[in-house]
Amino acid sequence: MLRLEPRSTQSFAAAWLSPVMALVLTAITGGVIFLAMGKDPSTALYIYFVEPLTTTSGLSEVAVKAGPLILIGIGLSFGFRAGVWNIGAEGQYIAGAIAGGGLAVYFHDSESTLLLPAMLVLGTLGGMTWAAVPALLKTRFNANEILVSLMLVYVAELLLVHLVQGPWRNPQGWGFPGTRMFPDVAIMPLLFAGKRAHLGTLITLAIPFIAWFILARTRFGFTVRVFGSAPLAARHAGVHSHRMIWRSLLIGGGFAGLAGVIEATGTIGQLMPDISPGYGFTAIIVAFLGRLHPAGVLLAGIAIAVTYIGGEGAQISAGLPKAVTGLFQGIILFYLLAFDLFTRYRIIVSSRTTE
Amino acid sequence: MKYLVKLVVVMFAAVLSLGAISTASADKLKVGFIYIGPPGDHGWTYAHDQGRLMIDNMLGEHVETTYVEGVPEGPDAERAIAKLAETGHKLIFTTSFGYMEPTLKVAKRFPDVKFEHATGYKQADNVATYSARFYEGRYVQGQIAAKISKSGIIGYIASFPIPEVVRGINAFMLGAQSINPDMKVKVVWAYTWFDPPKEADAAKVLMDQGADIITQHTDSTAALQAAAARGIYAFGQASDMIQFAPDTQLTAILDDWGPYYVKRTVDVLMGTWSSGDTWNGMGPGMVGMAPFTNMPSDIAMMARETAESIRTGAFHPFTGPIYNQAGELVVAAGEVAPDFPMLATMNFYVQGVDDKLPE
Repeated sequence: MLRLEPRSTQSFAAAWLSPVMALVLTAITGGVIFLAMGKDPSTALYIYFVEPLTTTSGLSEVAVKAGPLILIGIGLSFGFRAGVWNIGAEGQYIAGAIAGGGLAVYFHDSESTLLLPAMLVLGTLGGMTWAAVPALLKTRFNANEILVSLMLVYVAELLLVHLVQGPWRNPQGWGFPGTRMFPDVAIMPLLFAGKRAHLGTLITLAIPFIAWFILARTRFGFTVRVFGSAPLAARHAGVHSHRMIWRSLLIGGGFAGLAGVIEATGTIGQLMPDISPGYGFTAIIVAFLGRLHPAGVLLAGIAIAVTYIGGEGAQISAGLPKAVTGLFQGIILFYLLAFDLFTRYRIIVSSRTTE
Repeated sequence: MKYLVKLVVVMFAAVLSLGAISTASADKLKVGFIYIGPPGDHGWTYAHDQGRLMIDNMLGEHVETTYVEGVPEGPDAERAIAKLAETGHKLIFTTSFGYMEPTLKVAKRFPDVKFEHATGYKQADNVATYSARFYEGRYVQGQIAAKISKSGIIGYIASFPIPEVVRGINAFMLGAQSINPDMKVKVVWAYTWFDPPKEADAAKVLMDQGADIITQHTDSTAALQAAAARGIYAFGQASDMIQFAPDTQLTAILDDWGPYYVKRTVDVLMGTWSSGDTWNGMGPGMVGMAPFTNMPSDIAMMARETAESIRTGAFHPFTGPIYNQAGELVVAAGEVAPDFPMLATMNFYVQGVDDKLPE
């Protein structure tokens, strides 16, 4: 008989080694899969995991793709640390894009340089508003925030579709759902000519450092850490759980909303039904892969972004199907969860029990 | 059309042998494709991939083709298109409507690369657009449906309320009315091109509302298979889907992109490519019909005759009198709706469609 027994102490090194080991084992497993597909494993792995980082345009694309994942992942990690399970970042991202993007739709003739900053503020507020609903229902009626925040994803998606094919539809768009293109003043300036990395990318990459400072150096960061690890002790120390729920959800929602409006003003330039390739959900993986630590989330966001970019490169230069990208992401998560299990539990092989 | 292509290819080979162009195997022309779904959807993307393979077969000595599949019509599209341009592809086909803005953006960055955007309406010096007159096949389907339906209700799974899709619904309705003026078409908007579970759900909703024939403007075989599961008839879309529902498919509209793709590739090889808009139908062979199956021979005969008269140009599906939903005459008796603006920008339903166009 095998059974699992919780370890009395958890190794700090093991907690940080498990994502690294997960990546290494994913690469090995991937190599075996490539071999079975008749591809040279070293070439295929190079295309997947290294090539995106070898060119300036590749780096720019990795940064663009990692940006929203990191930003949302950081916001979520605050809540996850405190044991508040906001699963609806996708909806908060969309709400942020709607709130911020709506301003550009309304002022589509504007030439004011204040438009873009105003959009960022509104986008953040939009995400916070969307996250305030589960916070309110949780603190008032003890409604499960996992369900409420998840359900609101679908509400946000439908609201976006309604807006872009209804009141906000581009009058010159031949009926296709989508708003007008934003005016130039509502578009993020590019960092380098001919590359897609933009000012918003810079903001998203700077956030982990700010988050690290808040977590490590402020009283609020301290309470977040204590609340997550020892809620009872935190309560005795005077930390209110309601306040923590509100703060967690508003931070997660605000960051997701900011990510949404940055994406709309950075890479898309309009509102349309497909403004997110599932960033809000992938960011949950990123948050846990990064151990809910700002530095970890930064690295995890980059790692996941690399698999996306490498996946396209592999289609073009190695003729590998897109499904391999999803496969890689699944394998990473599988190994990570497996390692986590073994860092928290030990396997006991028990001798025959008396019956 | 195929003969025409062969002719073009032969001419091209002749030019080559004269030494007008020297293509060493090392510097083959690279042609790239962006797909919305997987080539295995056996519908829209499958048809485009068949076109790509035709380039491989006919021009393989001088051309190398590549595709990126499952590219969403959002922020990722621009990256995938740019990646093809960066990796030396000089001709890039982007095969879904939503790639329009990203294609134009990338085209601006790569002025020496030629782009071909399917079903869009914005061109540039290095961006051409092309589409097929699928509505010709829709009319034939409408006639068949009206002959076979017992409930008098047809279920139509639509993707996005853009002119191309609205045109299809209207052509179908006009075809059905030409047989039975009381036919009803119910529409479900799926807001996706490729999402098999969603497509199947839409088919079920329509069947629950009494539709006994299903037709679709989405990319997979799911709706056809949902119809097969309930034992009613349906139409395939974009490719012959008969192998997925041998007792269900009445016919399918076939997209034949191959000849166009070969021709445009040859144009690039010979340096004669220029931007423009191509909109071809059954006449030039860009639209075809799968065999008329699972129906009595007299109905198949009628369908063949209609398709033939459309192919030869003797008949146009949008021939008046045509009324809109408000009952206003929009095309006078005996007149044909013009390509521009009416057909190209169609944003109204003809009388009889049991739906309100999303606004």
